[in-house]
Amino acid sequence: MVYLDNAASTPLAPAALHAFAATAQEHFANPSSSHALGAAAARALAGARADVARLLRADAQSIIFTSGGTEANALAVLGVTRLRKQTRIVVSAIEHASVLRTVERLQGEGFAPVFVGPGANGVVDAQELLAHVDANTSLVVLMLANNELGTLQPVDAVARMCKQLPRPPHVHVDAIAAAPFVRLDVAALGVDSLALSAHKLHGPKGVGACWLRKGVRLAPLWHGGGQEGGLRQGTENLAGAVSFGKACAAIAADLHEASTRVAALRDSFEQAALSAIPHLATTIPAGTARAAHISSLRLARLPAEPLLHALQARGVCAAAGSACASKSNGQSHVLAAIGVDRSDAVLRFSLSRLTTQADIDCAVDALALAVAEIRQVVHAPSAWSVR
Amino acid sequence: MNEASPRLYTALLCRYGELFLKSGNRHQFELQLERNLRRTLRDIPGATLTTPHGRLVVRSAPEAFDDMEARVRKVFGLVSVSPVACPPTELQAIIDTGLRVAQAAVAANPSLARSFKVQTKRAVKTFEHRSYDINCAVADRIIRTTGIPVDVHNPTLTVGIEISKGGSFVFAEVLPAPGGLPVGSAGRALTLLSGGIDSPVAAYLAAKRGMAIEGIYFHSPPFVGHKTLDKVISLARVLRAWNAMDVVWVIPFTEVQQRIREVCRPDLSVVLYRRMMMRIADRLADRVKADALVTGETLSQVASQTVRNMGTIEAAAKHLVLRPLLTYDKVETIELARRIGTFDLSTLPYDDCCSLFMPPNPATGARPADALKSEEKLDVDALAQEAADAAERVIP
Repeated sequence: MVYLDNAASTPLAPAALHAFAATAQEHFANPSSSHALGAAAARALAGARADVARLLRADAQSIIFTSGGTEANALAVLGVTRLRKQTRIVVSAIEHASVLRTVERLQGEGFAPVFVGPGANGVVDAQELLAHVDANTSLVVLMLANNELGTLQPVDAVARMCKQLPRPPHVHVDAIAAAPFVRLDVAALGVDSLALSAHKLHGPKGVGACWLRKGVRLAPLWHGGGQEGGLRQGTENLAGAVSFGKACAAIAADLHEASTRVAALRDSFEQAALSAIPHLATTIPAGTARAAHISSLRLARLPAEPLLHALQARGVCAAAGSACASKSNGQSHVLAAIGVDRSDAVLRFSLSRLTTQADIDCAVDALALAVAEIRQVVHAPSAWSVR
Repeated sequence: MNEASPRLYTALLCRYGELFLKSGNRHQFELQLERNLRRTLRDIPGATLTTPHGRLVVRSAPEAFDDMEARVRKVFGLVSVSPVACPPTELQAIIDTGLRVAQAAVAANPSLARSFKVQTKRAVKTFEHRSYDINCAVADRIIRTTGIPVDVHNPTLTVGIEISKGGSFVFAEVLPAPGGLPVGSAGRALTLLSGGIDSPVAAYLAAKRGMAIEGIYFHSPPFVGHKTLDKVISLARVLRAWNAMDVVWVIPFTEVQQRIREVCRPDLSVVLYRRMMMRIADRLADRVKADALVTGETLSQVASQTVRNMGTIEAAAKHLVLRPLLTYDKVETIELARRIGTFDLSTLPYDDCCSLFMPPNPATGARPADALKSEEKLDVDALAQEAADAAERVIP
């Protein structure tokens, strides 16, 4: 099985798996308890916090563990807007659903969200986004790398320009898709908060983190025993957090080398696929800056779901950027935003540090066969007038 | 009720329809029902089955009682069941138990305490007390102890007593069971199963009238994905709990659809797919010795289900085609699907890309002659045989 759906989830790193099991067994006590076992659990949690913070070049005290990326985004969006009087929220139109759906909900509570679309290259223009930010803006949200296209967004420029405003809004960045391959430095980014998810970087599911700049106030989503500085209350997922920390440490250890290697693999995949398969194109123009691991390919007038099933039948796991005529899913909001035609198939292949050249070769062969198979049916000479 | 006093009720008294008992097939009917009950209970700890006159009595280990009750209430052919206390066949023991049953019933539901009656059936006439005397003796004890008045016409609580060779049974509750006829008493059918709402309901109804059902599902990879197949198997699993689906035959159908799409009239394609399904199901029915095909078709629900199209589809089938839902409104089918437990699964969103094989303007009035003409370019027998031979048997 060739797994090229790492933007959906990644296999657990051996160190993360070991840490999860060992912590769950050893540190069963509550980190809030005052006895020796509780103190040991609290130390383990502090260690996890430091591991995650190191990936961001941040202060360990500013890490809030959450149940995952969705909660980290929701905590920032809801936590900030609840404490601010300004009603405008400026977000990119290609954010993850955890941001978009939450912001849409705020619309019903008197907030005025503005959704800023990207160019055809899948990148939001910093100046255009800034044009919507005014003195009444409480929050700006922009992701660092888009999860469907991999395109890098001008987060640092947006943050820098926001800081120059007389009443700077809170700037939140969703770094979930970027984290496994993009160097993160919260000071250099200049943002106020940042969201991470463990399972996108070889950590376990059910844990994530929200980094919050020191001095920034946030309302918790709910109340309880005061854990995580009162911002995320409830007994901590200690095994998850420690395992997440180990995954972060592993990612940080080879970030530059892995990023270069995986980007080269991705480029070789695209090159081989484009030359092997007629009428195949990249979804975004060549040369657009993007995270190392995501390749988005486009096939005119083909349904995506059968392509995925045909790939699966040949042992390749990928994802659809658009869900053909499926009633349930409809077209992805990201693809709609960059103007992809609804009748086109967009497939996302996302790599990881574990991807090999053999995987890539296999995926190219499988894709060529799958496209030929589906094309043969869809474009077969017949009396059919459709497609 | 058995929660209130778990040791009071130690068995489940099962009743079957009286109407059928007059026919000459009564014995066969009873044997089939007994077989089905045994099958349903085979992995229930401590399950036993006895057959006192005109009744079936099942028992289990105490911790498995609720599970047993839930399963028994899904056995077709049973009209009602009662959790029963089983005193020795002695008047004093029956009186004591009658009181305990009445007290337990009222404790569980205080509104029953308005009035009561005692109703005794004595199937074994060697027991020296007559039914009327037993009624009076038990009622007397209940009145004295609880003060609840008797009302023989409209009681809120009825304490039932049955005395038979197989023992005595006392109960206060008569729970409805699904009715119908024992599965296996009316032959065998293959049900064309899709992932939709209708076909599982059709399978249920055919099983309810006594047919043993096997499912046949037409799978079109890669145009239909794994999750849809999983969904169909999950639906079959729900039906299996009703003894309404033993196996599912998965038929590879992609090639048939491709061939029809390539060479046949587009507007007829839906009718032609279904005619091929009939031919494949025919062949499989011969193999599994099924007597009929069952479909979830409803008159005029979609384009392929006009009466003329149905006739053209059926013309391709050799076996009898049964359509239990023919005259149902969608809301009626949905209501039944909810009761059976298939509705939430049926509406899971795995639509995949079936629209690929759907023509923009399907014919609503296809005639057999049109279909035959369009099929001239296909080797229908070879295609059907190949698909039927490739059937994969899945136990849900």
